Amino acid sequence: MAFESLADRLGSVFKKLRGKGKISEADLKEAMKEVKRALLEADVNFKVVKDFINGVSEKALGQNVLESLTPGQQVIKIVNDELCALMGKETAKLDFSRKITVIMMVGLQGAGKTTSSAKIGGFLKKQGKRPILVAADVYRPAAKKQLKVVGEQLGVPVFSIDESTDAVFIAKKALEHASQNANDVVIIDTAGRLHIDEELMEELKNIKSAVEPSEILLTVDAMTGQDAVNVAQSFNKQLDITGVVLTKLDGDTRGGAALSVKAVTGKPIKFAGMGEKLTDLEPFHPDRMASRILGMGDVLTLIDKA
Amino acid sequence: EKTKTSFGDKLDSVLKVFKKIDDDLYDELEEALIMADAGVETSMYIIDELKKKVKENHLTEADEVRGAIKEIIADILSENDNEVKLSGSPAVVMVIGVNGVGKTTSIGKMASLFKSEGKKVILGAGDTFRAAAVDQLQVWAERVGVDIIKHQEGADPGAVMFDSISAAKARGADVLIFDTAGRLHNKKNLMDELKKIYKIIERELPNSSKEVLLVLDATTGQNALSQAKLFGEAADITGIVLTKLDGTAKGGIVIAIGHEQKIGVKFIGVGEGVDDLQKFNAQDFADALF
Ligand SMILES: Nc1nc2c(ncn2[C@@H]2O[C@H](COP(=O)(O)OP(=O)(O)OP(=O)(O)O)[C@@H](O)[C@H]2O)c(=O)[nH]1
Ligand SMILES: Nc1nc2c(ncn2[C@@H]2O[C@H](COP(=O)(O)OP(=O)(O)OP(=O)(O)O)[C@@H](O)[C@H]2O)c(=O)[nH]1
Ligand SMILES: [Mg+2]
Ligand SMILES: [Mg+2]
Repeated sequence: MAFESLADRLGSVFKKLRGKGKISEADLKEAMKEVKRALLEADVNFKVVKDFINGVSEKALGQNVLESLTPGQQVIKIVNDELCALMGKETAKLDFSRKITVIMMVGLQGAGKTTSSAKIGGFLKKQGKRPILVAADVYRPAAKKQLKVVGEQLGVPVFSIDESTDAVFIAKKALEHASQNANDVVIIDTAGRLHIDEELMEELKNIKSAVEPSEILLTVDAMTGQDAVNVAQSFNKQLDITGVVLTKLDGDTRGGAALSVKAVTGKPIKFAGMGEKLTDLEPFHPDRMASRILGMGDVLTLIDKA
Repeated sequence: EKTKTSFGDKLDSVLKVFKKIDDDLYDELEEALIMADAGVETSMYIIDELKKKVKENHLTEADEVRGAIKEIIADILSENDNEVKLSGSPAVVMVIGVNGVGKTTSIGKMASLFKSEGKKVILGAGDTFRAAAVDQLQVWAERVGVDIIKHQEGADPGAVMFDSISAAKARGADVLIFDTAGRLHNKKNLMDELKKIYKIIERELPNSSKEVLLVLDATTGQNALSQAKLFGEAADITGIVLTKLDGTAKGGIVIAIGHEQKIGVKFIGVGEGVDDLQKFNAQDFADALF
């Protein structure tokens, strides 16, 4: 892939500038062209890339090149540091401040909501919570069945009203059921929908006002391209999400969508989906994402030692 | 009820600002292509071709650029086969792709389309892995009114393929559409499993046409290139089904795949309903972009 050669390409940009000295404006411009391309190939949104490059250029201009680094490595270090700053350092936690923690899972079709609902249920059960899953996808063929199967696999109870096609009603009843059965976490699986589907977005707003969730987690497929900003912005604007679950990170995508989503919503990514198995869920580590997007873990380890 | 600002609107505004052809116009066009997920490399290629065309045809107005760039994209997209072939008894359509892209749903829609063309269709429930995948396909089979061959959850998908072919032959079906479990292309064991399933078709139906359709989600970015490449190593992909074009994503990655890997698009998905599948048309796709 063209991408793997970012280090090489930066190396050739800086051929003239060896060892010490300051990074000049002309060199920097050339270098940033390569960085821009690398980020675009990683699917970071074009506008996000533009802003990012402007910010980084300002920081890098006139900086002294460290003794131990080549100018190319120096630029990569600055870019990586800025990416990390944008992604955030801390792993974000769920809000458990209320007696019953209601988590609403939302997102586009096929993003991984149902699977992630179950995974989070299993994850919290292990931590001693008493979660239930709520089958509030009343549209997709066999959606309720799917949630029941995964719930059973994990030993997490599933609340479903099979004959109901009213997602708001189901969510409300689930909450009553939870307080009667001493469940302290309620995870609501909703149907996949487009961010521009006004009718179905209205349904989510109605569920939100009916159950007042502590968390609204937008599930985003890590392979998403440029459109990630439209999706994230729109869901966030309409629902004021509290965080993101980034799925399918077990693939070979660079996952630039992570950066796009963080940049446009400012909301933290809380979990990473790492596979189809119901234990394949991890708290998200933003610092690791930066090096994945840059696709140069090796170079970065080298720089860390410098 | 669905509102969207299209790529075409964006381009319109670009062309309004730029009356004459200059470097800024080319930059703006390249940006628009990248925002449609066409990728850096392919976008640069298209712009280069556009510049050649502008020179050759002595184009001087920005307006004329619109037709030229559409033509270039339509050419790339129609260079590869866009027709579905269904010959033999039965013809086989195997549907593959990463998780959640719309394989099972597209099968339901295709079944309906083929049936409406007078074909006897049978479905093979080859996803024995995902929770309730068989139930999901079953709902579609009932909705469309076609037969379905299924095993237990956890069964060997190769055995399902074998049985599906036997049943299709015995019942005189014209088309067997086979669902497979979603899998990420970087998982070698799952790709090997797919290879095995594909070999069964080759062995059992040497004289039938074999469509291997890779389903791509229009929302997907550059990773689709890797998907096409690695799925292509497991089975001979004959075409793409590009789903979820009813959203705001443009699916421009199929231009890159058409250009670099010579795979054509055969169907597009434009919704979750049974009729939301259309035969792909390169010119329409290019028109819709601009
Ligand atoms: N490899 C991998 N697959 C995943 C991951 N998360 C979910 N999936 C798969 O992605 C597909 C879609 O997942 P679902 O949980 O059904 O997605 P959804 O968002 O509920 O889909 P809809 O309800 O149709 O909108 C399934 O095949 C899952 O097994 C992940 O982290 N890695
Ligand atoms: N808006 C829209 N949604 C679609 C389209 N095609 C499929 N979907 C939805 O996408 C989700 C996933 O579709 P599936 O058919 O289950 O996808 P799949 O590839 O079979 O998924 P796995 O078997 O889990 O890998 C479902 O909610 C579908 O209704 C489309 O063209 N437009
Ligand atoms: Mg679901
Ligand atoms: Mg499926």
